[in-house]
Amino acid sequence: MVELKGVGKRYDGHVALQPLDVSFEKGKVTALIGPSGCGKSTLLRIILGLIEPSSGSVSIAGETVTPQSAQEIRRKVGYVVQDGGLFPHLTAGQNVTLMSKTLGRQPTEIEGRLDELCELTHIERSMMQRYPAELSGGQRQRIGLMRALALKPRLLLLDEPLGALDPLVRAGLQSDLKEIFKQGDQTVVFVTHDMGEAAYLADHIVLLRSGQVVQQGSLKDFQEQPAEPFVNEFLSAQRQIGAIA
Amino acid sequence: MRRLFLPLFFVLTVLASAQTLTVGSKKFTESYVLGEIAKKVLNDAGFQVDHRQGIGSTGIVWEALKKGDITIYPEYTGTITEEILKKPGLTTEQIQAELAKFGVRMSPELGFNDAYGLVMRKDEAAKLGITKISDLRTHPELKCGITHELLGRKDGWDPLLAKYGMNFSDVKAIDHGLGYEALAAGQTDVKDCYTTDAEIQKYNLVVLDDDLHFFPLYRAVYLYRQDMPKRAVDAIAAMAGTIKEPLMIAMNARASKDKAYGQAAVMYFQSLGQKNAKIAEENRWQKTLQLTGQHLFLVGVSLLLAIVISIPLGIVAAKPGTTSWLILSVCGVIQTIPSLALLALLVPISFFGTTPKTAIAALFLYSLLPIVRNTATGIQQIPPSLKESAEALGLSPGDRLRKIYLPMALPLILAGIKTSAVINVGTATIAALIGSGGLGDPIVKGLSLNDNPTILWGAVPAAVLALLVQLAFDLVDRAIVPKGLRLK
Repeated sequence: MVELKGVGKRYDGHVALQPLDVSFEKGKVTALIGPSGCGKSTLLRIILGLIEPSSGSVSIAGETVTPQSAQEIRRKVGYVVQDGGLFPHLTAGQNVTLMSKTLGRQPTEIEGRLDELCELTHIERSMMQRYPAELSGGQRQRIGLMRALALKPRLLLLDEPLGALDPLVRAGLQSDLKEIFKQGDQTVVFVTHDMGEAAYLADHIVLLRSGQVVQQGSLKDFQEQPAEPFVNEFLSAQRQIGAIA
Repeated sequence: MRRLFLPLFFVLTVLASAQTLTVGSKKFTESYVLGEIAKKVLNDAGFQVDHRQGIGSTGIVWEALKKGDITIYPEYTGTITEEILKKPGLTTEQIQAELAKFGVRMSPELGFNDAYGLVMRKDEAAKLGITKISDLRTHPELKCGITHELLGRKDGWDPLLAKYGMNFSDVKAIDHGLGYEALAAGQTDVKDCYTTDAEIQKYNLVVLDDDLHFFPLYRAVYLYRQDMPKRAVDAIAAMAGTIKEPLMIAMNARASKDKAYGQAAVMYFQSLGQKNAKIAEENRWQKTLQLTGQHLFLVGVSLLLAIVISIPLGIVAAKPGTTSWLILSVCGVIQTIPSLALLALLVPISFFGTTPKTAIAALFLYSLLPIVRNTATGIQQIPPSLKESAEALGLSPGDRLRKIYLPMALPLILAGIKTSAVINVGTATIAALIGSGGLGDPIVKGLSLNDNPTILWGAVPAAVLALLVQLAFDLVDRAIVPKGLRLK
């Protein structure tokens, strides 16, 4: 579904991403994981064409991402950022339906989709009248997710979608996300720095460090055949709380 | 039928407007009064007449006449030769020939000479037996209070002394108005004057005869455009020699008492035997309303133009770079040009002249910076994460601007428009300097006549208007800024 060939990024001599080849399989959920600054968010932005890679190329469903094609491609891709990225001057409902209205979809179709999305993300329909400033962090995140799903994208990209939430809200959303990922047949790539979250939600995990892929596979692969000592280090750092409990 | 009516209506309108004559005047009492007289004379001759009072100084009124903004205005032969044509010593025929090059004609002389002169108290002059300037030679002890202007002129005080071969031991420089009071109080004995000053009558003074003809003659005439209708030319020509010095002095005295120029002008028609001549004095409330209307028109049109131009400029300037720097710098430099200088730059351009277009252009230029800068800042301060979200959704650049950036920048853009509007209400008072009306009209008039109540008549409504405009924009703000942006 998503094919990255020799994709690298450098800013003024600083390397954000070493040239790498990665592909994300159709219908699978992939987690990009690694410490801060490892290049995982950069990778996501390159896929969407928000950042132009210094080398290599990205193709989505066989279509190469270029500055010219990016706008069309983005409309078929859902993108969720930390805290939802909602526009403050629009209500929750207006945020969700912004693109459908821009593309001139039928009002009945738009309303129907809004009902579906509310149900899917467990948001009350009355919340659609509220402005982002009137919503909690978890609600904003769910609305951001609704907005990304509004046009039924074939590809869903999530950049630390649960990063800003407290643990209880986070746990609730994690299980909802799992549900949503399972229901649709879309390809999902999400960025996280939490190995537990990655293992819980993803079929496939890609571990990055300093702009390089360290290892990819399932949690089991990571545990049983660590590619290098860093993998163990990363896993044990993540497991500390579990170990205490 | 309709097809026939419309052109007919148009032709009639053009014919009607062709019959409307505009009288202009300069910013001093006598010019106002002569303007009112011309207005009534032309009115009586069957014309629709408008009097644009106190348009400005000689240069500006002359420009207005040449361009056809006004049809006729009162002038003096001395000013025509010295200031306008800059060819002293021309005969009447030569003056007419020179003026014809500009499409302008000069009327016959009205009968009085408003020249420089020297005045004394009547009783003192009689006591010393002084009737003419050469009589002063034998009285070097007389105290002179002379205006800075005459003392400073190359053809002023010193050449006067030289020509008459006289000298005084005590010469002080003093303001024109104060000089009269000093003379009346006996603190000085000799003063320079304009020979039709109202004070000559008021303080019982006498103008000394310029027996060696030192001072150039400033005989009152009207200058009018060659294309003024014959009937109007004849009506003005019929005024030849009908206003003598005593009448003009009396009219000036009447007019400076309570600024009733119309009442002063009526004295002229009474002197011709028209006992029941009447000129309606303007209704102050009605006039204030009219001036406020003009003021709002100037502010409104210039602001609207500025909004239409500034918001796109601000959008361009929001992207840091050379273009942005250039736009903001040019708008900033415009802001530093003094309003008087800006008017002076615009008036000679024939498209502008002394029409309201000039005032609107100046106000428009001053309105640019606040709106451009606030639009640019408003867009720049949108968090990068939200700009990225808008892009990531697949919104086109135009949709991003319309649906996301501009609505989010709206509070700041409105604040910029509000700043421009309030500043404009204040700055629009300069429109009066070029006769474009507005609440600056009484202010300028009051300043040139040293009349505080008249200044306040313009200044107070202008201040109130500024407050109202601010209030109106606060309401607009509430109505159109999305609720989501007002929540914190």
